[in-house]
Amino acid sequence: MSPQKRKIGWIALATGFGIFVLSSFLASYDPGKQMGRTFGTTLLTMMTLLPCAFVLIGLFDVWVKRETVEKHLGAGSGLRGYFWSVLLAGTTVGGLYLAFPVAYSLYRKGARLGVIFAFIGLSGICRVPMSMFEASFLGAGFTAVRLVVSIPLVVLASAIMGRILERRGYEITE
Amino acid sequence: MVVLLIVTAIALTASLIASRKKTAAALKIALKRFANIMPAFLGMLVLFAVTITLLPTDVVSVLLGRENRWVGVLVACVTGSLTLMPGFIAFPLCGALLKEGVPHMVLAAFSTTLMSVGVLTYPLERQYFGWKVTIVRNAISLAVALIVAVAMGLVFGEIG
Repeated sequence: MSPQKRKIGWIALATGFGIFVLSSFLASYDPGKQMGRTFGTTLLTMMTLLPCAFVLIGLFDVWVKRETVEKHLGAGSGLRGYFWSVLLAGTTVGGLYLAFPVAYSLYRKGARLGVIFAFIGLSGICRVPMSMFEASFLGAGFTAVRLVVSIPLVVLASAIMGRILERRGYEITE
Repeated sequence: MVVLLIVTAIALTASLIASRKKTAAALKIALKRFANIMPAFLGMLVLFAVTITLLPTDVVSVLLGRENRWVGVLVACVTGSLTLMPGFIAFPLCGALLKEGVPHMVLAAFSTTLMSVGVLTYPLERQYFGWKVTIVRNAISLAVALIVAVAMGLVFGEIG
């Protein structure tokens, strides 16, 4: 399926969902109403985050030089690239859904694949505010074990995966 | 969230002062990428709204509070991968479950898959990276979650 067709598919799904929610409200069908409310509140939250994120991505695209990204996150960056991916992931907000567009623009500026994958995996795992929040509910020990075990594993797996894909000439296209 | 707004406002103002032309170009890129990903986003939100309604938090608690901890870990991986839950709901829930006696390893499996394995974000991730990479990356994250769960079990004396 072409990306264009897939887009139309998603819009069709959303439209169908809209009709379903609307009829649920008319027929007082509770689960349907609940789905509509959840959709609405989540959309509102995301609509405050997303425009900011995309504006920052746009500014990044225009102002940050390709050489800078290549030097720190690109082919010759070695371990430093992964250090940056931990740092960047630690300071991101939102969830995976915001990490994808950021990762994509980093890639376009010359970051290597392993670093990109590490960044995506880590932005789920080691966001600083989230980890502090987690520690307050589950204990610092829990959070420490989770971070100490998962960060090196994600970095290692991403590095291997990136190397294999680069050898095969893989490229990311939007 | 407020921090993000402030950072964006400062960055945008600085950019405007430096060059209006470049700022306009940046906004154009932002709008284009945003519009491009919007359909997949809406699709993901629909899937999210449907799953969270059919699988509310109290059902998740029942699912995770199993007798056998290994079954618990597996169930936790499945529910964690299938659901999307913001941290401010997920962690208080995990905290409550911990007090009820759900093992650390089960909660580790749940929270790690919740944050890094995304069945619902699949359409979005695929749009950027293609299905092969998406599946491999998620499989790796799932494996990492299992290893974290085992490590958690060893540290907190829940295995052996």
